[in-house]
Amino acid sequence: MKPKRIALYGLFIALAFIFSYIESLIPIPFPVPGVKLGLANLVVVVAMYGMGVKEAFVLSIVRILLVGFTFRDPSTMIFSLAGGLLSWLMMAVFKKLKLFSMVGVSIIGGISHNIGQIIVAILYVNNTSIIYYLPFLMVSGLVSGTLIGLLAGLVLKRLQKFFLYEK
Amino acid sequence: MKKNDIFLICGIIFIIACSFLLVFAFRSEGSRVLVVVDKEVYKEFDLNENTTYEIRQENGERNVIEIKDGYVRMTEASCPDKLCVKQGWIRYNYESITCLPNKVYVRISGGEEGELDAVAE
Ligand SMILES: [Zn+2]
Repeated sequence: MKPKRIALYGLFIALAFIFSYIESLIPIPFPVPGVKLGLANLVVVVAMYGMGVKEAFVLSIVRILLVGFTFRDPSTMIFSLAGGLLSWLMMAVFKKLKLFSMVGVSIIGGISHNIGQIIVAILYVNNTSIIYYLPFLMVSGLVSGTLIGLLAGLVLKRLQKFFLYEK
Repeated sequence: MKKNDIFLICGIIFIIACSFLLVFAFRSEGSRVLVVVDKEVYKEFDLNENTTYEIRQENGERNVIEIKDGYVRMTEASCPDKLCVKQGWIRYNYESITCLPNKVYVRISGGEEGELDAVAE
């Protein structure tokens, strides 16, 4: 790994870490398990388009492990992992398909993130009626996915030279 | 943004709108309150019975529920996030309050069963 690449990883992980912290401070409009703003997903989207799909995967896992052990009860990490993995997988697939721009891919990521978390929550407590709250989760996934997609576009535009130079 | 992104957003909004419509059109008032702890039914209440109940688990975790005038809420919980308490009152069938950290949930059920009972009587 080139030093510059390592520095980028470090920077992204630090950013994702801060976003996760900010997120834990903001009260969410629907107090239903599985609903998260997913601010940290911004870093994953930027990494996916600026560095690559594999890099985004590493970043997403490292962030979840770090945040899980620092701010949250490690036993709740399965929810973040389920959300993070499903979100990464769906974004990787749709990025490859080239059907949508970064905004579309980010929306798919946001919604998958919430769906992944809700699936594990349903299995964890054996409460299938959590699915009743799916429409609320979709609203939150759509809003945060759109915002993150637009923001990621701005960030990448600003850092374009940096990423091009890096490759 | 591509044209496809707009289609995607419209499609998702359409799905969300339909599911909200379905939820509101078919929702019915429940008659029972089910308390489930660690995947097992722990206790059952009548939704019209005003009461407060404390769930105390062997691992020390606790949740307190309140049933009042056909509504249920979680008033206290030992979980770190307190999402269950913040959720507030529920009353319709299939609505539930889940406390993930404590593996506890309360669910409204039995609107139909209540009607069946009425017919049987
Ligand atoms: Zn709770």
